[in-house]
Amino acid sequence: MRGDPALPPAVEVKGLCKRYGEVVAVDEVSFTFPRGVCAALLGGNGAGKTTTISMLLGLLIPTRGEVHVLGTDMRLHRYRALDRINFSSPYVDLPQRLTVRENLTIYAHLYGVRRHRQRIQRLADELEIAAFLKRPYGSLSAGQRTRVLLAKALLNEPELLLMDEPTASLDPDTADRIRSYLMAYQRTSGATLLLASHNMGEVERMCDDVIMLRSGRVVDRGRPGELIERYGRETLEQVFLDIARNHREAS
Amino acid sequence: MSGSLRRIGAMMLRNLYLLRGSWPRLLELIYWPTVQVVMWGFITQFFSASSAWLVQASGVLIAAVLLWDVMFRGNLGVSLSFFEELYSRNLGYLFASPLRPLELVAALLGISLVRTLIGVGGAALIAIPLYHYSIFTMGLPLLAYFSNLLVTGWAIGLMVAGLVLRYGLGAENLAWVAIFAVAPLSGIYYPVEVLPGWLQPVAWMLPSSHVFEGMRRVMFEGVFDWVLLRNAVLLNLLYLGGAVYAFLRVFRVARERGLLLHFGE
Repeated sequence: MRGDPALPPAVEVKGLCKRYGEVVAVDEVSFTFPRGVCAALLGGNGAGKTTTISMLLGLLIPTRGEVHVLGTDMRLHRYRALDRINFSSPYVDLPQRLTVRENLTIYAHLYGVRRHRQRIQRLADELEIAAFLKRPYGSLSAGQRTRVLLAKALLNEPELLLMDEPTASLDPDTADRIRSYLMAYQRTSGATLLLASHNMGEVERMCDDVIMLRSGRVVDRGRPGELIERYGRETLEQVFLDIARNHREAS
Repeated sequence: MSGSLRRIGAMMLRNLYLLRGSWPRLLELIYWPTVQVVMWGFITQFFSASSAWLVQASGVLIAAVLLWDVMFRGNLGVSLSFFEELYSRNLGYLFASPLRPLELVAALLGISLVRTLIGVGGAALIAIPLYHYSIFTMGLPLLAYFSNLLVTGWAIGLMVAGLVLRYGLGAENLAWVAIFAVAPLSGIYYPVEVLPGWLQPVAWMLPSSHVFEGMRRVMFEGVFDWVLLRNAVLLNLLYLGGAVYAFLRVFRVARERGLLLHFGE
C-alpha cells in the first residue's frame, strides 16, 4: 500500500479554509500526504491543528476548500471512508461508566470489526490494557485512558490514523513503547499516520513529513532533519520555537 | 445484518450496558411511574365515593397517569440518552465513526421504547394487585394509545435534544420543562371541553389530546373512536417528521460550528 501510485493519496487538501465569523482558524491550507507515511502537524495553541484534523474527519465542515481522504471527497461522501479511518484525541472521551471492554465492543460494532472479541483481546494484550478490561473507563488513570483510546483507534485497523497528542499523559517508558508499537503498526499495515503533537522528540523519531502551522497557515514543511538544517538549529523543538515566536518565516 | 442495523444495535447496546451496570438507574425508571400510580390510585379511591363521573370508569385516572407516563418516559428516554453522549464528551468519536445521525436518532427511539416499557410496564403491573385495575383490559386500543403517546414523547425529546446540541447543556432542563408545557392542554385527567374556548383549538393540535379523549370514550362508552386515532396518527407523523428534520438540521449546524468536539460536563 505504501507509495502505491495506483492508489489516491491518503490525504489531499486544497485551499482549506475555516472561519468562525471574523475569526480565521484555518486559512488557505493545502497539502498532500501519500499512503504509508507518518506525518505531523505542528504548531502552537490556536495554530489550526485540531481544526484541520476535524475537517479531515468531516466532524467540521470547511468554509471553503477541498478535502479528499483515501480518495473520498469528505464534503460529499465521508461515510465511504469513515470505516477505514480512526482517530484519538484528548478533547474527546469515552463513556465513563461503561467498562473498557464494553466501550471497545460498542466501537467494534460501529466500525463493523469482524471477530471483534479476538481483536479486542489482541489489542488489549499488545497495549497492556488486558488487566483493566472489566473496569469502568472512568476509574482509569490518564495514562491508562490514553492506551484505551489508542486501542479504540486501532480497532478497525485503519488505513489512516489521525492522532492528537497520542502519547499525552503517558510515562516516558510507556510512551516509548507506544511509539514503537505505532511505528510497527505503520510498517506492517502500510497505514498512514497523521499526528498533531507538541512532543518534538516524538515527531522527530516517528515522522517522515512535518507541516508547521501558525495562525491557521502553513509556514513551512519538510522532513524533521531538513527543517532542523534549514533553520540552523539542533532540534525540532528549537525550530518550533523559532516559528512560534516568528523569529524567522520560511520563504 | 446490514451496517445500519448493526450501528443502531451498537448504540442501543451502549445504553443497555449503562442500565445493566447501574441498579439506581433501573430503579429510577420504575420508581416515579410507580409513585404516580400509587398516588392517583388513592385519589381514585377517595373520589369514587363522591364522583358519579368517576364511578362510571373507576380506573380512568390510573389509566390516564400510566398513559401520560408513556409520553413522559418516551420524551426522557430520547433526551436523557442523548445527554449521556454529551456528558461523556463522546460525540466526536461517535461521528468520526461510520455512525450516521439518523442511525443515532433510531437508536435513541429504540432505547426510549425499552426504558418506557420497563418504567410504565412495572407501574402497570403494580396497579393490578394494589387497586384491582389492569390497564391491559383495554385491549388493542391500549396498543394504539401507547404507540401514539410514545411517538409524541419522541418528537418532544428529539426537539429538546436538538436544542441542547445547538445551545449547549445549559438548556438540558428543557427535557423536563417542555413536556409539562403540553400536559395541561392534553386533557390527561379531564376532557378538552373543560379548557377555555380559545384554548381548545390549541389543545386539538396535540396528538395527546386525541389519545386521552379516545381513551375516555373507550372507558366510559365502550366505543373506539377511529377519527380521534386518525387525527393523533396524522399529527404524530407531522411532529415526529418535523422533529427528525430539525435534529438533522441542527446536527449540520453543529458540524459547521465545531460543536461536536466541544461538549462535556
